[in-house]
Amino acid sequence: MECTDGLHLSRRGVLAGGVASVAVAAAPAAEARLASAAPPAMMPVSLEVNGRHHDLRLDPRTTLLDTLRDHLQLTGTKKGCDHGQCGACTVIVNGHRINSCLSLAVQHDRDRITTIEGLGTPDRLHPMQAAFVRHDGFQCGYCTPGQICSAVAVLDEIKAGIPSHVSHDLATPMRPTNTELRERMSGNICRCGAYSNIAEAITEVAGAAA
Amino acid sequence: MKFDTPAGPNPIDRMKVVGQPHDRVDGPLKVTGTAPYAYERHAVAPGALYGFILGAAIAKGRIAAIDTRRADAAPGVKAVVSYLNAGPLGKGGKNTAKLLAGPEVDHYHQAVAIVVADTFEQARAAARLIDVDYVRGSGAFDLAAAAPTAPLTGGSSKEGSAAPKLDRVGDFESAFAAAPVTLDATYTTPDEAHAMMEPFATIAAWDGDRLTVWTSNQMINWAHEDLAKTLGFAPDKLRVDSPFIGGGFGGKLFLRADAVMAALGAKAAGRPVKVAMTRPMMFNNATHRPATIQRIRLGAERSGKLTAIAHEATSGDLPGGSPETATSQTKLLYAAPNRLIGQRLAVLDLPEGNAMRAPGEASGLMALEIAMDEMAEKLGLDPVEFRIVNDTQVDPEKPGRQFSQRQLVRCLREGAERFGWRARDAQPGRRRDGDTLIGLGVATAFRNNINMKSGARVRLGGDGVVTVETDMTDIGTGSYTVIAQTAAEMMGVGLDRVVVRLGDSDFPTSSGSGGQWGGNSSTSGVYAACVKLREAVAQRLGLDPAACDFADGEVRSGGRGVALTSAARDGELVADDTMTYGTLGKQYQQSTFGAHFVEVGVDAYTGEIRVRRMLAVCAAGRILNPKTARSQVIGAMTMGVGGALMEELVVDTRFGFFVNHDLAGYEVPVHADIPHQEVVFLDEADDKVSPMKAKGVGELGLCGVGAAVANAAYNATGVRIRDYPLTLDKHLDRLPEVGAMRRA
Ligand code: FES
Ligand code: FES
Repeated sequence: MECTDGLHLSRRGVLAGGVASVAVAAAPAAEARLASAAPPAMMPVSLEVNGRHHDLRLDPRTTLLDTLRDHLQLTGTKKGCDHGQCGACTVIVNGHRINSCLSLAVQHDRDRITTIEGLGTPDRLHPMQAAFVRHDGFQCGYCTPGQICSAVAVLDEIKAGIPSHVSHDLATPMRPTNTELRERMSGNICRCGAYSNIAEAITEVAGAAA
Repeated sequence: MKFDTPAGPNPIDRMKVVGQPHDRVDGPLKVTGTAPYAYERHAVAPGALYGFILGAAIAKGRIAAIDTRRADAAPGVKAVVSYLNAGPLGKGGKNTAKLLAGPEVDHYHQAVAIVVADTFEQARAAARLIDVDYVRGSGAFDLAAAAPTAPLTGGSSKEGSAAPKLDRVGDFESAFAAAPVTLDATYTTPDEAHAMMEPFATIAAWDGDRLTVWTSNQMINWAHEDLAKTLGFAPDKLRVDSPFIGGGFGGKLFLRADAVMAALGAKAAGRPVKVAMTRPMMFNNATHRPATIQRIRLGAERSGKLTAIAHEATSGDLPGGSPETATSQTKLLYAAPNRLIGQRLAVLDLPEGNAMRAPGEASGLMALEIAMDEMAEKLGLDPVEFRIVNDTQVDPEKPGRQFSQRQLVRCLREGAERFGWRARDAQPGRRRDGDTLIGLGVATAFRNNINMKSGARVRLGGDGVVTVETDMTDIGTGSYTVIAQTAAEMMGVGLDRVVVRLGDSDFPTSSGSGGQWGGNSSTSGVYAACVKLREAVAQRLGLDPAACDFADGEVRSGGRGVALTSAARDGELVADDTMTYGTLGKQYQQSTFGAHFVEVGVDAYTGEIRVRRMLAVCAAGRILNPKTARSQVIGAMTMGVGGALMEELVVDTRFGFFVNHDLAGYEVPVHADIPHQEVVFLDEADDKVSPMKAKGVGELGLCGVGAAVANAAYNATGVRIRDYPLTLDKHLDRLPEVGAMRRA
């Protein structure tokens, strides 16, 4: 199909080009109203982050990730995609790991959140952080806080007997095998490709903990 | 210091610190989330506003009108900048497409405007309220359609690899026609994305007419030059700072839109502005590795000796762009008296094609090393032996010119031994493990070594701490660590007495990170500065510099030892130098070599290919830090698996953009895809290259991996796939009968 002029697109062309035409068509009435409206009402939210209590008033559109990074200046948690596709923003909420870019802060009122800063500091590394350094489980370091938060949570999941896609036997206790670890860590992308080293770091910590 | 004769013995040879597998010195910062990346520099620009970039909604055409009134009036908005109010802008010397559209649009998601607001949420919402009227023009988006008429075009990747438009040695046509065994096959590689984990990000702050950008860029000097040029002001009024970089792979070699738009937004708003490009915008806004179509013809005697090699490659780019130099390694890799190289470039209106990790060789070897596997099979030779038979110790085009070092044969032999290559069945499709077909593949790795001029400043403080300052970057490559090791070795102190400061344009200009030149070049610059500092120390202590040994925190001369610290007791000593290079790189061909071995399993029912084992054996000069170098190689091997099995930017040839422009659609390897990886470095020190006697490994590790995977898949199934990536739809209907397999 030849398309030379946006004004003469066929219906099929318009549909197929929907993505490409986002800005052209971005004038729906709802947004026009929003533009002239007053700023959105702020909402109160209380978070416990790394053991510290925070009372915040936030634009309700603020994600948990941006709250941590921009409002609490806890930038150890990274934004790689903002779409739940990379895992760089992984934090531990009430004991479970989540992609913090995929939830709004106001969904987490009174939640207990652990970020990479809550696991250890350069002078007092968490065992998982120390294992990542020893095994060189990173290169650029941008995915690393997410990998480490995930890794810590993964070992807890295995200990709690939570099965994964590759768990063959649900009757016997879960083991942190290489296959289990790799399956469970697959939501955390490392474009530097440190996977082989990360698996060794986690295996070492799992062995020490077992 | 000029390096123009082969290196003699020097303090680096002690290898007390250099060459040791030290943990990264920046490791504790990175694992605790305290290493500040570009968007996270709260302290430098407190109260920065937020910028959000709007990208073009058409691939080619022009902007008829922009109406920003609704955006201007939106809550929190402080400024909206488009070409209408940006003022005159230049174009960076290394950019093919300009970084702000208007009125012409050169490619999809080219930046059209930036909205600056009090919060990120406000800026994002207001960007949707900009009304842009586009007039869509016609463009060329289909490489296969444009290839037949694409003109011969030579060029450079800007990152070290170059390809002539046409290069002939001997008489290829006659030799090919006369050869008893021949191969003529065409291979394709798709457009690929760097997809580094840290998005393009910049904080920009003006102070009068001076600008500082805290950004994420591999080449501080290039960014500095091109940002000044784009904004049209004197470079000395600009500072670029980039101490931590969340991956680049070539994607951050050049000035990008985040820096330009942040600077424009900050100027318009009169306040610092921070900008991170959204992930879905990165794929079409920025550069990518261009797709290639490669025809390879090989002619050989029955003994396996190649008599004729031809490699012709076609890629596409925007007007004024450059080719993907996929033929580059074929000039140097295998012996054959009759040779033909041709490079074609089509004009396409897709986003800008440019360097991605091992530009040229990565794509070129994906094709050439399948061709070598196919040819070995035709000749009835083992693929390892076939490569060894055709090894050369001289530049095949200029037989008088030696390689400075070339241990490809040893890489192949040692790899075959370690990997258990003998277990490979030359007849494909015969090894199996339950319902899995097993295959083994091999490929040669090759990447040229490049030396870049590189400067550094070294200080010896009264406290005995040695501080290195250079605008070199660490993009995950380990620069902080190998530079600290170099300074420690040269000054005879422990790694804990060295501080390394990188990435600031106020520091001496370095090689930057690209083309796998960074490790060797930047440490050579530090070496040069340390030689000067040693002289200054000796002078201060009244000693003869030539007779001094720097070790264990002491300066030793004539059986007497003086504490290094005492030299700086009356004030800091500072030395500055730049390493430059003579013609050794012309006299000797300087390259890095390796061999990749891969075992795959292919599900007999679904055709799914899984990598089971990987080994790389590399010969790349002195390895400055085996731990960080190994990480570079395994990371590259991982990227190679991506290129072989899944990575492909899918082109919408009607509307001219990459459809799968996020990390859900553009698939890269994840943990589950990558098994344990083995890397072996041959013991080398190349005295023709630099006083460090080192070369690069970061790109070598990627070169050839894709073909090794493809060859292993063929060995498993007997179905040859010549179009990357090897997705299961490309062989599923031709796989061995499952029933037959069961019976066998
Ligand atoms: S930033 Fe949340 S998953 Fe990528
Ligand atoms: S360390 Fe760079 S993305 Fe994982």
